[in-house]
Amino acid sequence: MTSYVIKDVAILDGKSTDIVVKDGVIAEIGKGLTADQTVDGSGCIALPGLVDLHTHLREPGREDAETVLSGSRAAAMGGFTAVHAMANTNPVADTAGVVEQVWRLGQEAGLVDVRPVGAVTMGLEGTALAELGAMADSAAAVRVFSDDGKCVHDAALMRRALEYVKAFDGVVAQHAQEPRLTEGAQMNEGVISGKLGLAGWPAVAEEAIIARDVLLAHHVGSRLHVCHLSTAGSVEIIRWAKSRGINVTAEVTPHHLYFTDDVVESYDPIFKVNPPLRTKADVEAVRAGLADGTINIVATDHAPHPSEDKDCEWTAAAFGMNGLESALSVVYETMVQTGLMNWAAVADRMSVAPAQIGRVSTQGQPIEVGSPANLVIFDPRASQEVDARKTVSASRNTPYAGRTLPGKVVATFYRGKPTVLNGELNA
Amino acid sequence: MKHLLSAADLSYEDAILVLDTAKQLAAATEQGVGKLPPLRGRTVVNLFYEDSTRTRISFEAAAKRLSADVINFSAKGSSVSKGESLKDTALTLEAMGADAVVIRHNSSGAPHRLANAGWISGGVVNAGDGTHEHPTQALLDAFTLRNHLRNGEGDLKGVNVTIVGDVLHSRVARSNVLLLNTLGAKVRLVAPPTLLPYGVEDWDCEVSYDLDASLEGSDAVMMLRVQRERMNAAYFPNAHEYSNRYGLNVTRMNRLSESAVVMHPGPMNRGMEISADVADSQRSVIVEQVANGVSVRMAVLYLILGGSESM
Repeated sequence: MTSYVIKDVAILDGKSTDIVVKDGVIAEIGKGLTADQTVDGSGCIALPGLVDLHTHLREPGREDAETVLSGSRAAAMGGFTAVHAMANTNPVADTAGVVEQVWRLGQEAGLVDVRPVGAVTMGLEGTALAELGAMADSAAAVRVFSDDGKCVHDAALMRRALEYVKAFDGVVAQHAQEPRLTEGAQMNEGVISGKLGLAGWPAVAEEAIIARDVLLAHHVGSRLHVCHLSTAGSVEIIRWAKSRGINVTAEVTPHHLYFTDDVVESYDPIFKVNPPLRTKADVEAVRAGLADGTINIVATDHAPHPSEDKDCEWTAAAFGMNGLESALSVVYETMVQTGLMNWAAVADRMSVAPAQIGRVSTQGQPIEVGSPANLVIFDPRASQEVDARKTVSASRNTPYAGRTLPGKVVATFYRGKPTVLNGELNA
Repeated sequence: MKHLLSAADLSYEDAILVLDTAKQLAAATEQGVGKLPPLRGRTVVNLFYEDSTRTRISFEAAAKRLSADVINFSAKGSSVSKGESLKDTALTLEAMGADAVVIRHNSSGAPHRLANAGWISGGVVNAGDGTHEHPTQALLDAFTLRNHLRNGEGDLKGVNVTIVGDVLHSRVARSNVLLLNTLGAKVRLVAPPTLLPYGVEDWDCEVSYDLDASLEGSDAVMMLRVQRERMNAAYFPNAHEYSNRYGLNVTRMNRLSESAVVMHPGPMNRGMEISADVADSQRSVIVEQVANGVSVRMAVLYLILGGSESM
């Protein structure tokens, strides 16, 4: 196996050094190191390979939007070395057979660890538990269960799911959306939805479910993960729950760190997403929550869609945005350049903590000799104008199109193998 | 004026120009000269995704009186019902040489997409989009108010307009609040709290839950259609209670000042938001609104298509 030396790179917030990657592990760290190939890391930051707890790879069923392979390529371009593939495929990932298929496709692609997420309920219908134990025991070794896209809104069923997954150290990742309060909802309910005449998705529909679920998790002594938290009220509830010792973790998406709901005034469905983009106060609250650790992780909710599902009128469009390729730059702009977080915190929120929540033992490890060589090398001095036509994902629905984002992934190493080199896909 | 998508697109000067142009066109039409020539050779497409006989006919009459060629494209019995996208329909209309597209769509913002997505090059007129806006309705309402309260001249400074009913789902109310403010009128919205949009307190108008307290001082009362289906979604208990609290009956009408007028964008639910006696009373200008709709839409098409000066 070819060995690589990354020259003059800063590990997180540290001073520049060399890192040698050999035989799948970090072999040496120090000055003046050599290897078969050299990667110029001067001015760049080395972070542990990013881990996404929330990715839609669309396969099986919507291979026109994304495949495990195309999504793995997009993930590598974004600096990820592990992604969790959400269960809302067709067929739904609610059996050992489907999760093993996705897992195997991930192995064949060989660019990131693809960790399938299992559905909580059969067919995501919210009525009967899926075969959670069979999925956990399968080759895919599922530990994260979610009906994402839909909320497990039946309180009794949610309670049972939280209890049941304790048997194999699983976690239920809840898409917090009270269905009756969000029927036909199109965007954040606020001043702008009233003006635009689009049906509102009120913050309380998210907050009410989170409040219920942290109390349920407390009652049954289970761990709970909250997907794509988007409101200031939700941050408050998580903060309160943690202060009470409740075992809850939460994620925020890059787009909820970046955008406010006024972009919807364009009626351009590229900005249609669920949960919806919120207000400035919400954006400030989720940034503060991520900085102080109330929100544990950033997860992309990468949701590719073919162009016909976005090149249409607002209400006809699909919910969701691409996120894998832009995530690190967005976090850099919204959290690091603003002074809210340092690189150690970025590594925690985008690698260490998501690996822990997903129980992915080989990911999110410290950059030290002997660790698996899952690394991303990021150049914070670069900047890129996002061009939707140049996405690596099979879909082009990036909300950042036409905007300039700071920083660039120079290289990604997955198990010692460069999946990205010189800012280009190496696969 | 390239498009008319929202009443907010109209500056004070634009709004007065539309009203004055409508007045001239109405006068020319009344002289009985038949069709006016300015849009000869131009093609106007009525692209209607919702049933709306009155608005479609009004636009069709307006375009024809200006000698435009009119193509009616309705969602029923066309390729739309076979699942053609708005984009493909737009590309088809573009290929057929549409100079202006008048669109009625059940999705809020569809006219914005049509105008701004790069699908077509012609002008776009919003003939009602979802629960967003209906700017030509606001223009015809302003035209009607100006005729009755300001001798058909100038603006509506100092006029008190009370809009009553389902503001939440009303594109008419949104456009009227915007345009009436532009023209200097004072607007008060009256509705049960369930039928007011979130954030309405930030709108440029007064808000009340009490119709009886809002009648005095109103120069015009505009009743909005309330769909009976709304009570199934718990916006109000039943039609009877709604009518009792927010319906305009003769007793309430008699408390209005001598000169005040009663308006309704139609179609009416007689006996629900407005009693038959009120709808058919001397104060009602509802039929006149329909007639004025044609004049105002002539003015909008004329201005958007840049008709020649020789009317």
